[in-house]
Amino acid sequence: MTDNILEIHDLSVEVSGKRVLNGVNLRIPEGEVHVLFGPNGSGKSSLVMSLLGFPAYKIVSGRIFFKGKDITDLPTDERVKMGISVAFQHPPAIRGVKLGQILRHLTPDEKRIIDLLNKVKFPQSFLERDVNLGFSGGEIKKSEILQVLAHGGDFIILDEPDSGVDVENLRILGTVINETLRNRSALIITHLGVILQYIDAKLAHVLMNGTIVCSGLPTKILGQILNEGYAWCEKCIQARIERCEL
Amino acid sequence: MYTSKDRALRAINKPSEYGPDLDISQYSREAKVWEACLLSNLPKDILERALSVGVTADEKERAATYFQIDHSLIFKAIQNAFENKIEVMSIKEALSKYDWLKEYWWKTVEVDKDKYTAIAEIALDQGYFIRILEDQKVILPLQACLFISTDNLNQNVHNIIIAEPGSEAQIITGCTLHPTVQRGLHVGITEFYVKRDAKLTFTMIHNWAQKFDSRPRSGAIIEDNGVFVSNYVCFKPLKSLQAYPVAYCVGKNARVRFNSIVYGLGDSYIDVGSKIVLQNEGCRGEIISRAIARDRAQIYARGFLLSEHGDTKAHLECRGLLLSNGAMIHAIPELVAKVQGAELTHEAAIGKISEEQVQYLMARGFSRSEAEALIVRGFMDVSILGLPKDLEKTIQGMIDAVALGAL
Repeated sequence: MTDNILEIHDLSVEVSGKRVLNGVNLRIPEGEVHVLFGPNGSGKSSLVMSLLGFPAYKIVSGRIFFKGKDITDLPTDERVKMGISVAFQHPPAIRGVKLGQILRHLTPDEKRIIDLLNKVKFPQSFLERDVNLGFSGGEIKKSEILQVLAHGGDFIILDEPDSGVDVENLRILGTVINETLRNRSALIITHLGVILQYIDAKLAHVLMNGTIVCSGLPTKILGQILNEGYAWCEKCIQARIERCEL
Repeated sequence: MYTSKDRALRAINKPSEYGPDLDISQYSREAKVWEACLLSNLPKDILERALSVGVTADEKERAATYFQIDHSLIFKAIQNAFENKIEVMSIKEALSKYDWLKEYWWKTVEVDKDKYTAIAEIALDQGYFIRILEDQKVILPLQACLFISTDNLNQNVHNIIIAEPGSEAQIITGCTLHPTVQRGLHVGITEFYVKRDAKLTFTMIHNWAQKFDSRPRSGAIIEDNGVFVSNYVCFKPLKSLQAYPVAYCVGKNARVRFNSIVYGLGDSYIDVGSKIVLQNEGCRGEIISRAIARDRAQIYARGFLLSEHGDTKAHLECRGLLLSNGAMIHAIPELVAKVQGAELTHEAAIGKISEEQVQYLMARGFSRSEAEALIVRGFMDVSILGLPKDLEKTIQGMIDAVALGAL
């Protein structure tokens, strides 16, 4: 267990009585980057929220271990303090709460904050902006990556870092993400896999209907999805069921 | 023709249109006479309370100071650098010095509006007169403190502020009381005259007690290209507060903005609003209101935009945050356009602390209580007041200390 930074054992989760994750098993060894694919509504973001311990995501069964410790019942902030950093897909705008306030909470090093701003090509004026309020799609992604960098956790979760980002910003983000993930563990959630051009992922998993249905080489799985869509996964599942593998 | 006094006498029993009706006779009119003295010679507890409403004893930080305790003017001064640029004196001195001042007396507020305007005329105690002379840009804020040191006192003040053409100034007025004072009634009439091309920012901070009543009455006239920004901040419990200041944009391109941050605690009954009347071409107005209610506080947040000219625009934004089930916020935005071409808009929203926002901040390592405090603090973001950085920092510090301490 100690070689894996994250272990999810048979995790089932409900939101408002509706099952969103169904017996998820996942192991991510220290220093590895894994990718999670899945169609819309398959439970990818629900898995992120469950890993963070958001109260609306009620764990019906299963356990989550981080760095060998059972974190299933820990509050979100304690999980974050243990080293989980997350870039959200759709973060809320918070009026009056400045991006700078959050960054300074994540790191007291002002010089480092300025360096990180330069890295994602954000002007310093963004420190005084209400977080996510009036941000463009690209700015939201940069702001999220910036917060992940400032936190500097050992395990990074990026939820759709490439969605809604133009080519220029994708290049900036991709370069920064690639740099950030060196010698770190991560779970990258992506719908279309564009971000994979920039990162070196070890293993990919496909989540369908709240369950991880297959795992394999990221390029191979992405190639199949791009060629045949997630219908390929459904066929694959059917074939495995027929072979009594599922 | 009736005099102001006659009209006041006829209105002395007239209840206000809004807010609980008070029996003025239950308050005392007797207060000891305070001798004039230097601010630094005032008792420490008075200075501390003054500081809690932004009034500092360090005169170097202010262009001018006016300090009144109960019915007595105890200190007024203008820094040397601002001599011949501004005038600061008691209203009674100004009325005897300037015959023309009667042209500014009860011109933006009706003397017979209600029993509170009436009592301010019939039993005027004091108040201040501030005048920024033509084309003078006053870089440091001016400050005034209206202090109550006697329990159950009725204090009636009438202030007149004139920003002469081309002038610019920031004024901060703090109204508060001695820690031993619990009850009382403060009636404050303030009339603003913002002349052609002048810019005036006025910030009023109230810090009263749980059994205290306050009835400010304000009016403003803004001339061509004049800019008037009025900020109101109240973040301590009190028994009742009712105010509905009005600004008349009479000149071309006159601009006005009312900002208010009100934090209702305990059993506070707060009825605050702002009204803007756009009367000439190019006039612009904005009302930004933030109301937070907790415990059993009742807050009515009013806003009224009235356009009487086609080429005018105004916007009203009222946001409320409810922190307790026993509290109540009632937002009442009103828009009235009397001519075609006027653009009046509003948005009003009342809600509780967003769980999604709390969780987001917790995912950034804040504890739940830290996240909630940050959201409340953000809701009362003083940067909406448009103040100089040091003044903004002072007010933010007060809000942090008082409001967030309760969380």
